Amino acid sequence: MHDKLNALPMKSVRYFALAVLLAAALLGAFSGRALAQDPQPPSDDQVNAVAKELYCPVCENIPLDVCPTQACAQWRELIRLKLSQGWSEDDIRSYFAEQYGDRVLAAPPLQGFNWVFYVLLGVFAIFAVVVYIRVVRNLKAKSTAADASAIASQPAEQDDYLKRMEEELNRREKSS
Amino acid sequence: MLANFGFGALIITFLVAFYGIGAAIYGGVKNSARWVESARLAMLLTFPLITLTAVSIIILLVTRQYQVQYVYNVTSDTMPLYLKITALWGGQAGSLIFWSWLMSAFATAVTLRRWDRDREFLPWVIVVSLITLAFFVGMSIFIENPFERFWMSASGREMVAMFQPAGATPLLPSDGRGLNPLLRHPGMVIHPPMLYLGFVSFVIPFAFAIAALITGRTDDRWIRITRRWTLVAWIFLSLGLVLGSRWAYDVLGWGGYWGWDPVEIAAFLPWLSGTAFLHSVMIQEKRGMFKRWNMVLVIVTYALVIFGTFLTRSGVLSSVHAFAQSAIGPLFFGFIGITFIVSLALLLHRWKDLTSAGQLNSMLSREALFLLNNLLFMLILLVCLWGLIFPIVSELFTGQKVTFGPPWYERITGPLFAALLLLMGVAPLSAWGHSTVKTLGRAMWKPAIVSVAVLAVALASGVRSVGALIGFWLVGFVIAITLYDYGRAIWARHKRSHEPLPVAFWNLVGRNRRRYGGYIIHLGIVLMALGIIGIEMFQTETQGTLKTGESLSLSGYTVTFRSLAEWNNPDGRNIARAVVDVSKDGRYLGQLAPRRDFYFDAQQSMTIPGVRSTMDDDLYLLLVDWEEFNSNQATLKLFHNPLINWLWVGSFVLILGMLVAAWPDQEPEAAVQRAVQKANGRATAD
Repeated sequence: MHDKLNALPMKSVRYFALAVLLAAALLGAFSGRALAQDPQPPSDDQVNAVAKELYCPVCENIPLDVCPTQACAQWRELIRLKLSQGWSEDDIRSYFAEQYGDRVLAAPPLQGFNWVFYVLLGVFAIFAVVVYIRVVRNLKAKSTAADASAIASQPAEQDDYLKRMEEELNRREKSS
Repeated sequence: MLANFGFGALIITFLVAFYGIGAAIYGGVKNSARWVESARLAMLLTFPLITLTAVSIIILLVTRQYQVQYVYNVTSDTMPLYLKITALWGGQAGSLIFWSWLMSAFATAVTLRRWDRDREFLPWVIVVSLITLAFFVGMSIFIENPFERFWMSASGREMVAMFQPAGATPLLPSDGRGLNPLLRHPGMVIHPPMLYLGFVSFVIPFAFAIAALITGRTDDRWIRITRRWTLVAWIFLSLGLVLGSRWAYDVLGWGGYWGWDPVEIAAFLPWLSGTAFLHSVMIQEKRGMFKRWNMVLVIVTYALVIFGTFLTRSGVLSSVHAFAQSAIGPLFFGFIGITFIVSLALLLHRWKDLTSAGQLNSMLSREALFLLNNLLFMLILLVCLWGLIFPIVSELFTGQKVTFGPPWYERITGPLFAALLLLMGVAPLSAWGHSTVKTLGRAMWKPAIVSVAVLAVALASGVRSVGALIGFWLVGFVIAITLYDYGRAIWARHKRSHEPLPVAFWNLVGRNRRRYGGYIIHLGIVLMALGIIGIEMFQTETQGTLKTGESLSLSGYTVTFRSLAEWNNPDGRNIARAVVDVSKDGRYLGQLAPRRDFYFDAQQSMTIPGVRSTMDDDLYLLLVDWEEFNSNQATLKLFHNPLINWLWVGSFVLILGMLVAAWPDQEPEAAVQRAVQKANGRATAD
């Protein structure tokens, strides 16, 4: 449970942080007007609402809103910047997916190779349900057959049993 | 010197294990009791040998022998003694030794049992246990050697080797890097051992299953022998998962207990198949059904135990390329593949001998509902397993990794878990063999009314989420049914034998510990479900940067920032700690002090939340950010986690139930034998 939290590869973190800073600087340069027009910067909660749905490409499986690394803190600032420019949450998610790949999304989108995942998951699940139904049917059929044969064979079995009982009683009577 | 001694003991363990495998196979095939006994003694010998290895590592860790690479990596001067000891499982090489040590302990315990009536199983149980042990010991010797040391070559190059290379001199670092800060938590002292105990003890039922397949003794004897082993394995695995959740809640600083992280899922998978197996074996015992399915389940559980260890140890989770670079990965992969294929081959070989004796008479009979329970467990397992491995598959084929986050897992598995809860309520009231809607309805209408009342209370309290309402109804339903079933049985005893109610309760549980322990387990699970519903559906959060005296409010709580202090602790930590006042609806409740610890040796930080706990909720407070040299401002994050403590209360109830269910009692056959002997003795005396 703890391995994901081992030290991050510092080189990757540095490159990532650099890329984020660069993107932030470029965006800042082109959106000075937009910022100036917005009197109320987005709150931490608004930023976290978007960040919660995104995953850091450097840290394994940690949502961006709780990732404690410096790189992720800068990424959150980038989200704040985009929100202040009026981007929607979907726009921001798409932007990050384009920049860093589908792995930043909380679930792979239905496209390309990801179809394999969803199709096979469905196939596996259907297979499991079919196996279950077959097992139940077989066991039920066996049960019906057993009931039928039990009813059919009952008199004969009883006859045989009575016959053996009588034989045994006769034998005992004779021996005594 | 000590490193050489420990390594020597490890090599002898490996050789003894190989001898034991050979002797057991020969003894089993030739039906030679002498060879089997020799193999048994070899099995017994592995435990003291591997204990010597483990103790050697612990001594190296405690005495700060930093020339040993493993010691250097996981300890430092500033660590307290208990953490130096538990650092045995704090790194890869040590944890593999720990795994082997536990495996050897369990296998030894098995070989010490009385084998009078199951002698034919013994050689094959030894073979399976020793093959597993030899694999792990072999990896420690050839790939992840915990005794390798640092050396300095004549040319001044640092190197790592077990034995002194020619011309090299020993290199002794002055201090170690220290344990990962996240592992320096009391929970980590006990969480990994529990998880590993759960993993290794599932090897025992598997070993008996394989022995049954090899010998052809495919009746339910192997299941009766391993019933308690399976329960013990399940107990440890459950404890490991619960403790891991608590550790995550206390240490990871995300406000939750379960993040659907791949390592968590890897430990959860054998729990799913193991739980299905625990239910399924009851059908074989009671009705002689599902013999093949039980074999499949135990084989899958064993494979998942090794697969879980493989996933967390091979580096494959961080990247498929790490797998290619790591020598441990392909070996694990090969071992899983070979054991799985051989097990399936044996199963197919005995396929015809494993036909079900019973039939399914009703879709509402207990066996039918248990079968449905197994289907649900398997579907959850399928979702988790595929979600776990698909990122690796995707990276392999496209070079791109994908992520499956908690919302995805919760969306897919939520309804399946809800269906399991429903079954947990209905199945105990259904009868073996035959049940109808009428009989079930008659048995459950009273608890059902109580559960509807619970639903009404939830609605009246303002709950409008359909998912939450269904969840609360299910919780009420299962609790009502469990208590109703208990109450009915206790009352019946009380009326029949005039026992006082507490005595009736005690005797009831004592007479059928497995059944009533199982019900307590169900109760524990339902209470845990209550906590999960609370945090998953009603958790709220907010974050803000506060100056001294400023406040932040969430769900009736108000947090007022008072001060921030930052200092260097003598134990090698830089601590930043905020102090806040907490009040609820205007009433002052006290102070909380969330903090961030930065460990100089490991160059990592750890977020310690400030938590105020009640049975209603937790206020969970994190120090997110602050400015250096400015103690008048801090960024705080608040989580309101309703009902979360029911998760931990449920865990305690679960443990209690597990202890009741697993408590040793007389084996039925042994009891019968004793009764017969007693009767014979009386007859002779007469």
